[in-house]
Amino acid sequence: MKKIFLALFCIVIIIPATAWSLDPVKIGMVTTLSTKAGYLGEEVRDGFRLALAQGGGKLGGIPVELVVEDDGADPGKARQIADRFIKRDKVKIMTGIIFSNVAIAVVPRVVSSDVIYISPNAGPSLLAGKGCDPNYFNVAYQNDNLDEVVGQYVNEAGFTNVYLLAPNYPAGKDHIAGFKRYYQGQIAGEVYTKLDQSDYAAEIATMRAGNPDALFFFLPGGMGINFLKQFDQSGLNRTIPVFGPAFSFDERLLQAVGSAALGVKNGSQWTHDLDNPANRQFVAAFRETYGRTPTLYASQGYDAARLIASALKSVNGDVAQLTALRTALRAADFESVRGNFTFSSNQHPIQNLYIREVVQDEAGIFTNKTLKAVFTEHSNAYVGECAMGE
Amino acid sequence: MLLVFEQLLNGLQLGVTLFLLSAGLTLIFGIMQVINLAHGSFYMIGAYVAATVTAYTGSFLLGLAVALPVTALIGMLVEMSMLRRLYHKEHVDQVLATFGLIMFFNELTRIIWGRQPLFMDVPAWLSGSIELIPGIPYPTYRLAVIGVGLLVALFLYLMFAYTRIGMQIRAGASNREMAAALGINIKRLYTLVFGLGTLLAGLAGVMAGPILAVEAGMGESILILTFVVIVIGGIGSVRGAFVGALLVGMVDTLGRAFLPLFFRLVFPAATADGAAASIASMLIYLLMAAILIWRPRGLLPAHS
Repeated sequence: MKKIFLALFCIVIIIPATAWSLDPVKIGMVTTLSTKAGYLGEEVRDGFRLALAQGGGKLGGIPVELVVEDDGADPGKARQIADRFIKRDKVKIMTGIIFSNVAIAVVPRVVSSDVIYISPNAGPSLLAGKGCDPNYFNVAYQNDNLDEVVGQYVNEAGFTNVYLLAPNYPAGKDHIAGFKRYYQGQIAGEVYTKLDQSDYAAEIATMRAGNPDALFFFLPGGMGINFLKQFDQSGLNRTIPVFGPAFSFDERLLQAVGSAALGVKNGSQWTHDLDNPANRQFVAAFRETYGRTPTLYASQGYDAARLIASALKSVNGDVAQLTALRTALRAADFESVRGNFTFSSNQHPIQNLYIREVVQDEAGIFTNKTLKAVFTEHSNAYVGECAMGE
Repeated sequence: MLLVFEQLLNGLQLGVTLFLLSAGLTLIFGIMQVINLAHGSFYMIGAYVAATVTAYTGSFLLGLAVALPVTALIGMLVEMSMLRRLYHKEHVDQVLATFGLIMFFNELTRIIWGRQPLFMDVPAWLSGSIELIPGIPYPTYRLAVIGVGLLVALFLYLMFAYTRIGMQIRAGASNREMAAALGINIKRLYTLVFGLGTLLAGLAGVMAGPILAVEAGMGESILILTFVVIVIGGIGSVRGAFVGALLVGMVDTLGRAFLPLFFRLVFPAATADGAAASIASMLIYLLMAAILIWRPRGLLPAHS
């Protein structure tokens, strides 16, 4: 009797899981959940999970297993996780990276292993231009986009002497370059600060002396909170209007900045008040599930999941057909929460870009209100550099 | 000229903030010979507790009043439960243990308060700005920070020079066994000193709350500067920490403010901005190297 049980037991372990059910498609998510920037990854993950939960654990009718790992914003660690996903878990679709420097370190290895990578946030110029790849899709934005829209708006609003401020690292310089691509006026000063600097008193005093008519800054995360509070305390915010890309003005960060950010105009590809059916449904469901208003990062995670869903449905869950999967992704046949959404030839979004303003709603919560679409169906500056380009 | 004065004031303010943090760190090292990497965590705890209490009650002073004893209490608990076992071990063990504490406290704040930074505003009666010199409005809150820092410096000086407990601390620092033989309860003294050190870190955190982002890991970005301060000032010396902090605050601020202007006189604008930013962020480390070459034990070493 014992032997029979033992034999049965052995058989049970040997039989692969497929015997009982269809193997779910594994999706590997490498994202940043720890460090100061941990809330960014949390937003992307929660947005993605919401789409998965709405499909009852399926995307496009195909059962999906989402594996989430924290990279701690560390390129080396992210590479190890990606290797493990590819070699051990045999993942065929990956997503999740928040930071551009992490993406640059990880994405080329992923796509050269015939794994699809869908970026829900980072959009470095390298991966849009020379380093573009048929297996790399960006469902969020090309990094420069959110600065380009502000540059154009600042022109239209008639400012001619703008002061620029960004941290001294590659992304800081990219964002300033994006702004300058459309801004035509004079530059009152261009200051690069130490990465992770906390005190901006010296820069603010120098800025006052430079007497600009507006300020454009890119200081993501805690740096932006520090700067905005100190800028407000200096009293300069009453005389110098502030502009920037959305990264210092997401709905979670704004609660930590408080009234110091009121009235700031910032550029984004999405806001929770965009009026389309997909978005209304998403914002309501997100609020109900997580008890907070989604940020742009959450919308990007959600769109990434829905893009994957559309492609999985099209290939009927067979992720081994790489060419068919790519073609299905390129079609972008899903309802984006941003409304119109197509891919450019370097597989980055062609989408509307908006200017929005930081306001306080009736409940006293600080949030963004869309003012106008400055660009409609805007692509990116690197299409020509990409060998896949037309 | 007005700009120079304003930047000097900014430098003084940064220096005073650094002093609040480095005084506690150098006190703990000078007296207990413990390298406490987790000092930044107590700074963070101070800021988090104050931000939470202020958000609930609307009173900054109440936030301050709760945050200080809570930070000191947590510090003393850590000393009694953990550090006490490490006094006879090597510095590497202490560094590893206190580094572990950093991770523990960062994760704990994430569990309790979530991943998103907290909000803490300047109290209404300290908001706005004062024109010390016509044409240059200076934020009142920053002046208050300078005032608090100078008061703490005065308090520490008086305590060490004139009080019984100050005398006991000095005795414990120069000869532990002898002090114990004379009837000083060294164990209790160490716990008190550690509590005082963490209380000062907590105070620095509370004062920084309205100016900076209150977020997990906020202590680490300032911890490196703090170590530079105590190395320059002479490890273990509170007076050294005061001088070192003001020096670092001034050099850092003035470098950031005026290097780009000087560089623009020599180089084309685009090169000048990048180069000035890089050199400005290196400046305090260059200062530290120069001072260590000149005086290897720092400006005002503790036991000289």
